[in-house]
Amino acid sequence: MIFNNAAIMQTLNVNLNAVAPVALMTVLAIVLMVIDFFLKRENKFSLGIVTLIGLVLILPVAATTVDPAPAFGGMVIADAYAAFFNVVFIIAAIFAVVISNDYLRKISSERGEYYYIIIFATIGMMVMASANDLVNLYVGLELMSLSFYILVAMRRSATGAEGALKYFILGAFSSGILLYGITFTYGFAGTTNLTEIARMGVNLSSANHYLLIAIIMLVAGFAFKIAAFPFHLWSPDAYEGAPTPVTALLSVGSKAAAFAFFLRFFGGAFHEFHAHWAGLLWILSAATMLVGATVAIQQKNIVRMLAYSSIAHAGIILIGVVVMNGFASAGVMFYMFVYAFMNMGAFTVVALMARNDGTGKSISDYKGLAGRRPVLAFVMALFLLSLAGIPPTGGFTAKFFILASAIEARYYWLAAIGVISTVISLFFYAKVIFYMYMKEPDALDDMAPVTQAPSTLAYNIIIFITAVSTMVLGLCPTPVMDMAIAAVSHL
Amino acid sequence: MVQYVWLIPLLPLIGAFINGVFGSRLSKTTVGVLASALMGVSFIIACSIFVHIISLPVHERSIEVSVYNWMTSGQFSVDINFLVDPLSTLMILVVTGVGFLIHVYSTGYMHHDKAFWRFFSYLNLFVFFMLMLVLGGNYLVMFLGWEGVGLCSYLLIGFWYEKKSASDAGKKAFVVNRVGDFGFILGLFLLFWTLSDSGIHSLNYGEVFAHAGSIDPATITIITLLLFVGACGKSAQFPLYVWLPDAMEGPTPVSALIHAATMVTAGVYMVARNNALYSLAPFTGEIVASVGIFTAFFAASIGLVQNDIKKVLAYSTVSQLGYMFAAVGVGAYTAGVFHLMTHAFFKGLLFLGSGSVIHAMSGEQDMRKMGGLHKHLKFTSTTFIIGAVAIAGIPPLAGFWSKDEILWEVFEKGHIYIWITGLVTAGMTAFYMFRQVFMTFTGECRADEHTKHHIHESPKSMTVPLIILAVLAVTGGVVGIPFFEEGTAAHHFLNSVFSHGAAVVNHQGAAAHDSEAIYGGLEFILMIVSVCVGALGIFLASLMYYEPMKKYAPSFWKAEVMASKFSGLYTLLYNKWYVDEIYDACIVNPIKRACAACLRFDLGVLDGMVNGAGWLTRFAAWLSHKFDIYVIDGLVNSMATGVSLDGRILRRLSSGQIQHYALVFVLGLIVIFGGFILGY
Repeated sequence: MIFNNAAIMQTLNVNLNAVAPVALMTVLAIVLMVIDFFLKRENKFSLGIVTLIGLVLILPVAATTVDPAPAFGGMVIADAYAAFFNVVFIIAAIFAVVISNDYLRKISSERGEYYYIIIFATIGMMVMASANDLVNLYVGLELMSLSFYILVAMRRSATGAEGALKYFILGAFSSGILLYGITFTYGFAGTTNLTEIARMGVNLSSANHYLLIAIIMLVAGFAFKIAAFPFHLWSPDAYEGAPTPVTALLSVGSKAAAFAFFLRFFGGAFHEFHAHWAGLLWILSAATMLVGATVAIQQKNIVRMLAYSSIAHAGIILIGVVVMNGFASAGVMFYMFVYAFMNMGAFTVVALMARNDGTGKSISDYKGLAGRRPVLAFVMALFLLSLAGIPPTGGFTAKFFILASAIEARYYWLAAIGVISTVISLFFYAKVIFYMYMKEPDALDDMAPVTQAPSTLAYNIIIFITAVSTMVLGLCPTPVMDMAIAAVSHL
Repeated sequence: MVQYVWLIPLLPLIGAFINGVFGSRLSKTTVGVLASALMGVSFIIACSIFVHIISLPVHERSIEVSVYNWMTSGQFSVDINFLVDPLSTLMILVVTGVGFLIHVYSTGYMHHDKAFWRFFSYLNLFVFFMLMLVLGGNYLVMFLGWEGVGLCSYLLIGFWYEKKSASDAGKKAFVVNRVGDFGFILGLFLLFWTLSDSGIHSLNYGEVFAHAGSIDPATITIITLLLFVGACGKSAQFPLYVWLPDAMEGPTPVSALIHAATMVTAGVYMVARNNALYSLAPFTGEIVASVGIFTAFFAASIGLVQNDIKKVLAYSTVSQLGYMFAAVGVGAYTAGVFHLMTHAFFKGLLFLGSGSVIHAMSGEQDMRKMGGLHKHLKFTSTTFIIGAVAIAGIPPLAGFWSKDEILWEVFEKGHIYIWITGLVTAGMTAFYMFRQVFMTFTGECRADEHTKHHIHESPKSMTVPLIILAVLAVTGGVVGIPFFEEGTAAHHFLNSVFSHGAAVVNHQGAAAHDSEAIYGGLEFILMIVSVCVGALGIFLASLMYYEPMKKYAPSFWKAEVMASKFSGLYTLLYNKWYVDEIYDACIVNPIKRACAACLRFDLGVLDGMVNGAGWLTRFAAWLSHKFDIYVIDGLVNSMATGVSLDGRILRRLSSGQIQHYALVFVLGLIVIFGGFILGY
C-alpha cells in the first residue's frame, strides 16, 4: 500500500503553521531538559537564561501566527484571539522566569526542572487558548494544571506541600466535574467540536436538561480555575505556599487561559444559550467580587491579600463574560493584558521583599518602605493603585471598559456591585500604601525586610517594564483595545 | 496662549516627580525653590490666560483644548482635554496664586522637618491634581483630579505619621471621603448610562450640558443628588464633615492650602460647573441649599466654644463652605464662586497666620495658653486681624461683599429661612473669630516661661505671603461690588458659564427682576442689617474676651458664667454635638464587626458546616452505637463495633481542611443545581 502523505495531510487538515508557537515551545522545553542533564547544580541559573532567550524569540512568532481557519480536523484554531492570549501567556512566563532566578537562589531551591515545567504550563495555556474542541481543551487544561501542581510544591516546605496538595486534590476534583460537563455536552450534541456545536445550537430544545447540567458542570470546572466563589478556597493556600514567581504566573496565566476558553466557549459554541448561563454567571460574578473584596480586608499576609484581590478581579472580569458582546469580550482581553503587567509587578515587589527563610510576606513588613526604598515603594503604590482601579493607571481603564460594557448592555446592578467591590477593595490596597508611607518599620535592625531587599538588575528591569506598561496602558489604552476588538470580531 | 494651558498642571507634576525621586539627595533650598518656582511659573501662565480670556468677546470665552485621545472604544471616546472658560480661569488663578504663596510660606514653616522633600513632593502633586480637577473638560478628567486630591490630602494629613492622632485623622478622612466618592461615582455612571441610552457617547461638559434637557426630571434629580453626596464628602458638609476638623493634624500650610483654600471647595466648583444639571433639578437645589445653611449654622455653633486655634478655623471653614452651598443651591452660582474666591484669600490668610502663631509658640495650639501675642508678632497679628475682619463681614473687606451677595441672592430668591439662618450664622462667625483674636493677641500672655522666652516673629518667607494675602483679603472684593450698571464685575465675568443654568432659572421665575429700583434700595438696607449683625458679634466678643472692654460687660456676660449657666448647651457644643460618638456607635463599630463576621463566615460558618456535618454523622454513629449497646445489646455486637469505627473515621476526615474545601465546592454545586431546578 502506498500512503499518499499529502492526501492524508489534506484530509486531516494538518496545518503546521497553526501550531507553530506551541511546537516551538515544546522544542524549547525538550532542549531545556537535555541541557539540564549536563548542568551542575550551581550552574542551573544558565538554564533560566536559555529559557528567557527562547521565550523572547518565540514571542514574535506567537504574536504573528494568525490563521483563522480551523486546523487539524477542526481541533485547533490559531486566530488573532488566540494570538492575543498567547502573547499574554508568554509575557507572563518571561516575567516569571526572570524573577525566578534570584528567587530560587534565595530559597536555595535551584532546580533545572523548574524552568521547563514553567514552559509546559505555558504550553498548556496556549493549547487552551487555541483549542476549538473540548477534548483538545481538556488536554491543555490538564497539561497546565499538572505542571502547576508540581510548581506549587517546588518550595519543599510545609506550607508549600500543603498548598500543593490542596490544589492538586481539589484540582483533580474540578477536572472530574469539568469532564462530566464535556461528557454531557457530547451526550446531547453528539460532538465535542465547538464549531459543530455552534452550528447545531439552534436545533437544541431550550428546555434540554442535559444542556443545563452540562452548563453547570462546565461553569463549575472553569470557576475553579479562575477561583470564583464558591470554588475559590484553594487559591489563598496555593498562592501562599508556592514560590512567589509561580504564584504570579498562576494568578495571571492560568486565569487568563481559563478566561480565554470561557469566552470562546460561551461566546461561540454556547452563545445561543446565553439566557441559560448568563444568570448563573451573574450570581457567581457578584458573589465573587464581594467575597474577594471583603475577605481581603482581613488578611495579614500580602500574598493571601493578593490572592483574595485576585478573586475579586476574577469577579469583575466575569462581568464581561456575562455581558458577552464584542465590546465586553474585548474588555475582558484588555483586562487580562493589564492584569498581567500590574499583578506581575506587584508580585515582583513581593518576591523582592521576601526573605531567605520565606518570611517577609506580612503586610506589616512593608512598614516604612517609602523612607528607605522610595522608588520601590512608589512602584508598589502604583501597582496597588492600578489594582484598585484608580485613574490614570491601566487598572482603571480596564475596569472602566468592563463596567461601561455592562452599563451599555443594561446590567446596571452588576455594574453597581462592581463599583461597590472596587470601593471596598481600595481599603486593603490603601492599607499597604499607608504602611509603606506612614509607618516606621517595627525592627530597625538589619534583618528588617525593608532594609534587606536586594535589588538585582533582573528585578529592576521587570519592575521598570511592568510599571511603565501599567502607566502607558492607563494613559493610552487605545492600541491594545483596538487589537482586542479586532481579535474578537473574528470570533 | 490658551493652547499651552496643559503646562499649568504639568509644571507642578514635574516638581512632584523630581522632588519625590531625587529630593532626598537635594538640599532643602533646592527642593523648596524648585517647588515654589514651578508654582510661580504656573501662576504666571494662568495670569496670561486670564488676560487672554478677558480680551475675548463674551461668547468666545469657552475654549476646549484637547491634549490627546485617552481612549476610544466603539462609539465611546474620551479625550484628555481642558476647558478654559471664566470659571476654570478663576479657579486656576486661585489655585496657582494661593498655592504659590503657600509653597513659599512652607519653605519657612517646614524648614526644621526632616522629610522636607517629601512634603513638597506631595504638595506639588496635590496642586497638579487640583488643577486637573478644575481644568478638566470632561467628567473623567475631573474624576481623575477628584480622586487624586483625595489621595494627596490623605497623605498630607498623615504627614507626621509618627503621631497616632495624625495617621488616624488621615484614615478618617480617607474613609469618609470614600463614602462621598461612592455617591459621586454612582452619579457619574448614572449620568453616563442615561446619556448613552439617548445616543450620546461623550462625557465632555459641552455635549452633556447641551443634552441635559432631554433627561427626565426624576433621573436628573437622582444624578445631581448623587453628585452632591460626593460634594458633601469632599467639601465637608453635614453629615460627612467629620473628617475636616481632625484633618488639622496635618501641617498648617496643608490646612491652609487643601483644607481651606482649594480642595474643600472642589464640591462647590463641581456644583457650579454642573449648573446646567442642577438648574434642572429644583428639588436637589433645595437639598443643597438646606444642607449648606444647616452646616453653616451647625459648624459655627461648634466653633463658638473650641479652644484649639486651628479647630476654630476648621469649623469656620466648614461653616463658610455651607454658605457657598447655600448660594449654589438657590441658583446663585456667581455668588457662591465669588465667596469661594474671597474665602480662599482670607481663610488661607487666617490659617497661615495661625501657623505663624503656632510656630512662635513652639507648637502650642491651645488658645487658653496664648494671649498678648500682638506685642511680639506685629506682622502676624495685624494680618490675622485683617483676615478676621474680612470673614466677619465688615465693609469694605472682601468677605463682606461675597457674604452679603449670598445673603442678598438668597433673600431675593425668596428663601427667608435660609436668609435668617445665614444672618444669625454671620453674627456667630464674627463672634468666634474675634473671640479667637482677643484670646490670642490681647491681654496677658498665659504661656509658660520656657515658651514665652522663645516667642519670635516668623521669618520673611512666612510673613511676606501673609502680607500679600492680607492685601487680597482687603481688596479681593472689588470685583463683586454691586451697583454697577451691568451688575458686578464677577457677574459679568462668570455669566457666560452660568448662562445654561440662568436661562432655566429665569424662565421659571421671570418676575423676579421687575422692579430693579426698589430692590436696589432693599439690597442696601439688608447690607446695613448684615453689617450691624457682624458688628454686634464683634462687640459681644469684645465684652467677653477683650480686657479693656470687660468692665462694661453685664455680670452674666462672662465666659465662665455663661458656661456654667448653660452648662448643658456648652457641653453639647464643646463635644461637637457628639457626632463622632454617634458615628462610632452607629456606623464604625457595626462595620468593624461586620468585617470580622465576614472572615468568620469564610472560616467559621463554612468550617462549621463541615464540622456540623461531621458532628451529625458522629452523633448518628454515637446514637446508633448507644442504641446498639443498650437496646440490642449483645445481639449485634459486631455491628456496633463497625459503626463506632465508622464514626472515628469520619471524625478524622472532617478535621482536615481539604475536605472542608471540597465540601464547600460540592455544596456550591448543589446550591447552583437546586437554583436551576427551582428556576425551571
